[in-house]
Amino acid sequence: MPQNEYMERFTKQHGRRFDYEERKRKREAREAHHASDKAQNLRGLRAKQYAESRRKQKIQMKKTLRAHEERNVKSNAPAQDSSTPIPNYLTDRSNPSNAKALSSAIKNKRNEKAAKFSVPLPKVRGISEEEMFKVVKTGKKTAKKSWKRMITKPTFVGPDFTRRPVKYERFIRPMGLRYKKANVTHPELGVTVQLPIISVKKNPQNPMYTQLGVLTKGTIVEFNVSELGLVTAGGKVVWGRWGQITNNPENDGCVNAVLLV
Amino acid sequence: MATVVPPPSKRQKTAAAAITREQQQPQAKPQGDVRLHFVDPATGRSIGPPIVVPLARANTRNLNILVNSLQGQEDANDRVRYRFVLQADPDAPTGSDQALPTDSDLADIIGKQAAAGAEATVTLQPIPEAVFRVKAVSRCSAAISGHGQAILAIQFSPVDSSRMVSGSGDNHARIWDCETGTPLATLKGHTGWVGACSYSPEGDIIATGSQDKTVRLWESKKGKPVGHPMTGHTRNVMALSWEPYHLQAPGRPRLASASKDMTVRIWDTTSQRADIVLSGHKACVSCVKWGGTGFIYTASHDRTVRVWNASDGTLAHNLAQHAHWVNHLALSTDLVLRTAYHDHTGKVPPTPEAKLAKAKQRFTDAATIAGEVVEKLVTASDDCTIFLWDPSSTKPTKPLARLAGHQKQVNHVSFSPDGLYIASAGFDNHVKLWAARDGKFISTLRGHVAAVYQCCFSADSRLLVSASKDTTCKVWDVRSGKLKEDLPGHKDEVYALDWSADGERVGSGGKDKQVRIWRH
Repeated sequence: MPQNEYMERFTKQHGRRFDYEERKRKREAREAHHASDKAQNLRGLRAKQYAESRRKQKIQMKKTLRAHEERNVKSNAPAQDSSTPIPNYLTDRSNPSNAKALSSAIKNKRNEKAAKFSVPLPKVRGISEEEMFKVVKTGKKTAKKSWKRMITKPTFVGPDFTRRPVKYERFIRPMGLRYKKANVTHPELGVTVQLPIISVKKNPQNPMYTQLGVLTKGTIVEFNVSELGLVTAGGKVVWGRWGQITNNPENDGCVNAVLLV
Repeated sequence: MATVVPPPSKRQKTAAAAITREQQQPQAKPQGDVRLHFVDPATGRSIGPPIVVPLARANTRNLNILVNSLQGQEDANDRVRYRFVLQADPDAPTGSDQALPTDSDLADIIGKQAAAGAEATVTLQPIPEAVFRVKAVSRCSAAISGHGQAILAIQFSPVDSSRMVSGSGDNHARIWDCETGTPLATLKGHTGWVGACSYSPEGDIIATGSQDKTVRLWESKKGKPVGHPMTGHTRNVMALSWEPYHLQAPGRPRLASASKDMTVRIWDTTSQRADIVLSGHKACVSCVKWGGTGFIYTASHDRTVRVWNASDGTLAHNLAQHAHWVNHLALSTDLVLRTAYHDHTGKVPPTPEAKLAKAKQRFTDAATIAGEVVEKLVTASDDCTIFLWDPSSTKPTKPLARLAGHQKQVNHVSFSPDGLYIASAGFDNHVKLWAARDGKFISTLRGHVAAVYQCCFSADSRLLVSASKDTTCKVWDVRSGKLKEDLPGHKDEVYALDWSADGERVGSGGKDKQVRIWRH
């Protein structure tokens, strides 16, 4: 590989050929003919490679053209800064996109009876007790009777939970599978925030799972939405909001949910 | 098994008994006499000779009767209600006197003052209160749909509370009949959000300013457009302000419009041309107010407040103290300038001369402090402070006071119509009350759970209403600083708010596209 700029150095010292510009112009003018010749006559792998490189060049060219066009457009007034009307005193302020949508459309929807009970995930896969519980057989007496169960799915355990004495503890909820927070999406705004779980409201599989706080796909969970700054019509801060779990937490290692509005 | 609490020991019993005995002891009545001297705050002259009054009976009610009789208003029907303020002693260090005492602690303060300087006279300023009383609004008399987008501005007619105009994001303004709660007219023509609307002081013309860079005029009876759209601004129109009635050339009212294009244009509404363009601000002009002494005040995002001569458009003063955007400004004479000759009696003078005289008289009455016409100015800013200015003083560019206390940006300020209080609404969920005399902090009105956008005094200065992002309006008692009424009902943020000049109604509008009218 050349280590120095010897060609530039030579041109600086001795100049170029007298017909350099002319030859360059002609070469560039012939460029299109060469390209067309290649496109017509190349065969096989060469043709494929050539077509691919041309395609990429054309994409690049179109992008540049578009960029130039955008630059040439005269933007006299900036487009309306936001689509929803706001009073003059709120314009130019970087309004934090707080998760807030209490549009009348949503309210009307909630008034309909059918919509009241509709949830984003209406059907769930059934989970049998064999899949949910592992029989604990350690220890002398439990091994004999085998009435102790370990829950194999992620769970939510409330902050005030204390374990019962080992002798009476029928269900074990492993520490490694406990979740306190979930990634909650506000469907209207498309905002996702991590919110603390307050409680498990309904596990569609089995009322017992609801009691145990099992988090499976389709479970209805109450979240602490005080961070979002939602306000009721009476001017009170909304604290708890329900949501439905949309993923399989046991597969993903996180809880994703969507708010029910 | 429930645990039973053991009975209290003898020591506990005696201690509790001692506390109750102490509480039952009546407050010792202040003894002795005090020499009171009353001084008229407007003229600075004394009302009668100093009078010796027993301290025990020096309450507001008795002093009211005393001052009324000193001024020859013996008949109970002629009496004017007064509030008493201790005259600030020029020698005393600032902060020693109570800003505005309430009824209960008046005797206390007088007693303290008398005790401090034995044999000295205590000087009191009786401040007349409004002769009429506005009742707190408590119910929603009408929730009117009609606008297709959020409501951005609302103003009541200066004539009475039966007409109201609202500007909206659906490019229309609408006139409402508040008596029946029905829409009266739709002012169609703008092609952008209508962010500002304003009645002329006479109440016959409505001006609307919009995002489409134009200002339009409408006749207020039927909502017919007057003339053509007034073009000239190159960005949104932010605020509008009419020339005060007593300064107008007969039949040629002028209008000032502030815009995002850094200029303020003064339009002659008859010829519909821009007379003067006030340029000098280096950023968006956020607010404009036309003062009654021939000044135009503008607040801008370039951190300055400028005072212009309205006659020729020259810059009089540049008030540069704020450290961030100046959001809003208010004048001590705002309500009087807005209503001109329309007062609480509803009587309109018959002739133009009488109208002019009455408007002028009302302005001088409202603006006179210690015999001089003083128009105070208060500005709210994003630097979380408020400044109080007196542009007519000898040092106009020096603020009278810097009102610090808000934790976040201050969005809106308003002066009480009697010129005694300033209310400020901030994004820190609080409304704060300040004494307009010296800018001292009085109280914080807590109750909103989100940013407060607007606040508005009632015409008698006894009540304040505030509108907030938390979808409610709240009515506050200014004197006690307590929540008087909570007005829930809006389904979303409340952007605009106005209390009619006759005190009958409050109008509010916001993101839920409904105009609501609140009444007692």
